[in-house]
Amino acid sequence: MAALQRQFTLRVPSSTENLALIRELVGGVGAQAGLDDSDIARLEMAVDEACANVIEHAYGNDSSKEVVVRATFDDEVLRIDVEDSGCGFQPPTIGRAPLGQLAAKRKSGGLGLQLIKSVMDEVHYEMEPGIKNELHMVKRIRKA
Amino acid sequence: MSNVLAIQKSFQDDLSILSVDGFIDAHTAPQFEQAVQSEMDAARLRIIVNCEKLTYISSAGLGVFMSFIEEIREQGGDIKICGLVPNVRQVFDILGFPTLFDLVDNVDAAVRRFADAPPRDA
Repeated sequence: MAALQRQFTLRVPSSTENLALIRELVGGVGAQAGLDDSDIARLEMAVDEACANVIEHAYGNDSSKEVVVRATFDDEVLRIDVEDSGCGFQPPTIGRAPLGQLAAKRKSGGLGLQLIKSVMDEVHYEMEPGIKNELHMVKRIRKA
Repeated sequence: MSNVLAIQKSFQDDLSILSVDGFIDAHTAPQFEQAVQSEMDAARLRIIVNCEKLTYISSAGLGVFMSFIEEIREQGGDIKICGLVPNVRQVFDILGFPTLFDLVDNVDAAVRRFADAPPRDA
């Protein structure tokens, strides 16, 4: 029998005040998918970082815009897609800068992407700036 | 939904203790940044951030620590971070914060760390 697949879509105004709501809902989906508490926390973090990037950078804190989060899961994996129609960005292709160097420059840029890549099993982008940008993330569901 | 963010400030000798309760994300990070900035403005540069009631932190919150630490240390101060719960601690660990910041168990341990490193003469 084919595994039951479940899908959820969340559309929220592009404002950082909605990040807590996004985390809470994504955490609920993660729990329903069977993630353990540690992985739920990591999932919430990754989606928070992705949505914060969209809200602040792609949309420039324009709350008339909309952030779309899609979650799909079956017995094996949980897929999260974060979609926007903002300006897009050039995903970093070089390795992470040492933390001390960032601190010396009073910079913290890129920490969010580092976190996303650290806690999700797969991450990739599809960019069509001004049309549709999507960040695809996958979390494998560990069997107890 | 859990408490957004409340920051309680207290003093112990020349130490400022900022006790954070709630979460620090891109929405609440400016509030945390303002709290640290106000200590710097008052030349109180020996700061303990008590995270026992911190439920979540994102890169925006970590960025606040990053943006202040060099300047504070250049002026002879430091930030000690204490009381991290496991889910919050993992964020610090993932990004390698233990190599740059003093992370200790509780306020008493942070106070002892400062006692071991008395203020530098200006």
